[in-house]
Amino acid sequence: MFDRRLVTNFDWGLLALALILGAIGLVSVYSAVTADPPPASQKVLFYKQTLWFGIGLVVMIASLSFNYRLLDRWAYPIFIACLLMLLAVVLFGKLAGGSRRWLILGPVHFQPSEMIKIAVVLVLAKYYAKNVSPQGITLRELGRPILVCALPVGLIVIQPDLGTAGLVAIIAATVTLFVKVARRTLALLLAAGAAVMPAAWMLLKDYQRRRILTFLDPTHDPLGSGYHIIQSKIAIGSGMLTGKGYLQGTQNALSFLPEEHTDFIFSVLAEEWGLVGAAALILLFALLVFRGLSIAHRCRDPFGTVLAVGITALLFWQAVINIGMTMGLMPVVGVPLPFISYGGSSTITVAICIGLLMNLSMRRFMLE
Amino acid sequence: MNQYFKSTDADWVKQRIVGFSLFALLAFSALLARLVYLQAVMGEDYQRLSVNNSIRLQIIDPPRGLILDAGGVKLAENRPSFDVIFTPKDAGDARRVLGDLAAYLQVPDDDLLSRVKHTRGLGAFRPVVLRQDIGRDALAVVEARKVDLPGVQVDVRIRRNYLQGSLAAHLIGYLGEVSPEDLSRGALTGLRGGDTIGKSGVEREFDALLRGEPGGRQVEVNASGQVMRVLNTVAARPGHNVHLTIDHMLQERTEQLLEGLAAAAVAVDPRTGRILAMASSPPFSPNAFVGGIDAPRWEAMVSHPFRALENKAIQGEYPPGSTYKIVTALAGLEEKVIDETSVFDCAGFLSFAGRDYRCWKKEGHGRVDIRRAMAESCDVFFYRVAQRLGVDRLAWYAKACGLGAATGIGLEPESRGLIPSSVWKKKRFGVPWQDGETLSIAIGQGYNLTTPLQMAMLTAAVGNDGVRHRPQILDRVETMEGALVHRSQPEALGKLPASPRTLALIQQGLSAVVNGERGTARRVHINDIEIAGKTGTSQVVGRREGGDDYTPPHLRPHAWFVCYAPVGSPRIAIAVVVENGEHGSSAAGPIAREMVKTYLRRPAADPRLALEMSGTPGG
Repeated sequence: MFDRRLVTNFDWGLLALALILGAIGLVSVYSAVTADPPPASQKVLFYKQTLWFGIGLVVMIASLSFNYRLLDRWAYPIFIACLLMLLAVVLFGKLAGGSRRWLILGPVHFQPSEMIKIAVVLVLAKYYAKNVSPQGITLRELGRPILVCALPVGLIVIQPDLGTAGLVAIIAATVTLFVKVARRTLALLLAAGAAVMPAAWMLLKDYQRRRILTFLDPTHDPLGSGYHIIQSKIAIGSGMLTGKGYLQGTQNALSFLPEEHTDFIFSVLAEEWGLVGAAALILLFALLVFRGLSIAHRCRDPFGTVLAVGITALLFWQAVINIGMTMGLMPVVGVPLPFISYGGSSTITVAICIGLLMNLSMRRFMLE
Repeated sequence: MNQYFKSTDADWVKQRIVGFSLFALLAFSALLARLVYLQAVMGEDYQRLSVNNSIRLQIIDPPRGLILDAGGVKLAENRPSFDVIFTPKDAGDARRVLGDLAAYLQVPDDDLLSRVKHTRGLGAFRPVVLRQDIGRDALAVVEARKVDLPGVQVDVRIRRNYLQGSLAAHLIGYLGEVSPEDLSRGALTGLRGGDTIGKSGVEREFDALLRGEPGGRQVEVNASGQVMRVLNTVAARPGHNVHLTIDHMLQERTEQLLEGLAAAAVAVDPRTGRILAMASSPPFSPNAFVGGIDAPRWEAMVSHPFRALENKAIQGEYPPGSTYKIVTALAGLEEKVIDETSVFDCAGFLSFAGRDYRCWKKEGHGRVDIRRAMAESCDVFFYRVAQRLGVDRLAWYAKACGLGAATGIGLEPESRGLIPSSVWKKKRFGVPWQDGETLSIAIGQGYNLTTPLQMAMLTAAVGNDGVRHRPQILDRVETMEGALVHRSQPEALGKLPASPRTLALIQQGLSAVVNGERGTARRVHINDIEIAGKTGTSQVVGRREGGDDYTPPHLRPHAWFVCYAPVGSPRIAIAVVVENGEHGSSAAGPIAREMVKTYLRRPAADPRLALEMSGTPGG
């Protein structure tokens, strides 16, 4: 039967946050894709993104309409399906810009590495909820989470997409640190990591090392990512306090910004809206993250708590890494800014995240 | 599940949530702090940089690798060229600037204007190349007036310079601007429109090795586009130097010998397949292509009656004439339709199917065996051999000798030639093979077509006791500093389908051609080096009755000569074709003889030997 508590507990605040962020995204994508003079203008991308936004709303409603505890049962099937898609990408994916990230299903180009983030969080939530104990997770109990994490990370590294692979690892690590890990195990893991790192570094080939150095420090690549970061910083900095005004950005207009509608969309926004607009966006993301953590806190079951933490970690890291990158604080990686960047896979993933958070929030009283 | 809450107090979860919240707060604060730093503290600096899009990227062209001969003589190098570049956005009043510039450069000003208009729409910050390769005088003028010419810059770029003029032009090839088709082929990663790539010959074949990788420069420019500061530079990786197998001296001499003719000559080392010289006449000047060739000059080259741009050594297809008798003899001996004692009577013609097939010697050779038939090039002898063989057995041997297929030298485009068979004719013309045609094929006339390189490789294999090699043009690849990247190794392709005894007989016959009393190429004979060879005369039109009528030059037969030397342990094999040269012995033979002399009469003629003696590669 329909439970009235579902309506009284509906998280209107989270919905409002999501809609505001989504609207900012649409407005920014419009600016980014139409700034070029007519022949180069890609207005069609804006209409596509509007369509994705609509689809995202449907997906979000779908994600909140069932009892999230079903996911406890379905975690592994979902994970394996996503893993198979990742494998398919490595085998038959579309090659673009030197890596295989896209799976083509008819008219839809799809990026399975987006979905796998949620799948990893689901599986970890299921596992940790069962295994958490006052003593904390032991080393033996960590075997399965490490395997669950290593499989997709390995497949994404092969693509190669170091950024997304690192992101999946960081999200998994965050979830793991949230549940209690036995103190000895933690110390052991840290020591092992510290010991393995230099050895692994020695084993790498010269060009691989250079790639990692460039990844960590863009100034190693002054003609590629290093140049992009300079242009991004100029775009952001030149926005000053109040910005140049909507659609008035100059760096964006002349294609000085790379990937201006995807990875570097924050630079477009900060140039046009200035400190006022960019700081507001960062605050909105902060509110979103705190909301997610409070949902985690209020959950009555361990599965829900860990799931909420994982989803929040996913949104948090993507936002922080992307914005940090455009300002030269983080490595240059192909991580989209949730809600704001152009892209179907990313929009759908974010919609699922928000839908699940709402799901967790409104069903917290339905434990028995 | 409830145990979770009993055993671990709710405080524990709360503690974690608070910890995570603090961490998130810290992270967002860091982002905000950075944002304030960029926009509020540094805002004005960045604002200034953004007004003019001051930080720009300039591409540094990689120096293209040199092309050298085996001994290190430079054939192609690079020189600086001064190009005038124009960035419309920096100019202010573009029309005024272009007008002034046109006056300084003494060119019509709509010329410059139309170039800028032509590239509009790419974005006004994209520089446009106005004039390429301006002279030093023009350079001085532009540099002096720099202040009055905002948006104008002189860019030093790298240009190809073919040091030896037209030497080995067909082999080396030339450069041209990369075409949209080249770009969409995809194989050429890292290329942009306007870049130059090899369009033919070695420049094309080894383009990936020669090209190197571009570097670049982050620069800060002022309001008129002048570079104020270089922020960061990535050096270009120069292309590799390519050493060819050719011998500079032999190549030069060969081209001298071909001067004024429509002709081709190939010399190869029979022991390794290394090409020692490859010449095609008339030559062209690859320097004319540097920086783009103009329409009239291109037109003149393409419409030249002697086809100047064609590399006749690998693209020219000619009936092999009597040089093909090497194949007919080989097939006849191997198929045992003749042996060394077989004798045929030559009366000057052979009657077959109601027609007289003539020998080149009207009065006939009398009784000839295989050695004499080779030495004196008796047509009737080979007609009889072919009658016993049939066309298809002959075709099988020709193909097994490497004819009718690309040699695999790796220079595009290479012609395959043609070895006819009964199946081929049925397919091509829809009519069955006529036995009379077999007779023409036996002496290299009719449908037969071969390239000079194919005949040189065949001759080399005969001289090398039957071992065939893939022809090689690349000796080694080195970095600009001289470190070895790659060295070619000889590649044996197999053996001629002939027993040692058969080869010995053919070798004896070929030696008698040059050194025998009545050999057809007696004038090729020299005292100190024993040469073995074969003449050929390939009909352009059917052989005429009477014979002393005047034949217009373009209908005269092509002259062939193939040879190797010294007999016993040959170090060079040669094929020469002179278009419409009439007689192999008089037109082509002497050219080959001079090539042999040039190559073998020199101390340390072997480039490998020369290398070992000097002890240092290249240079």
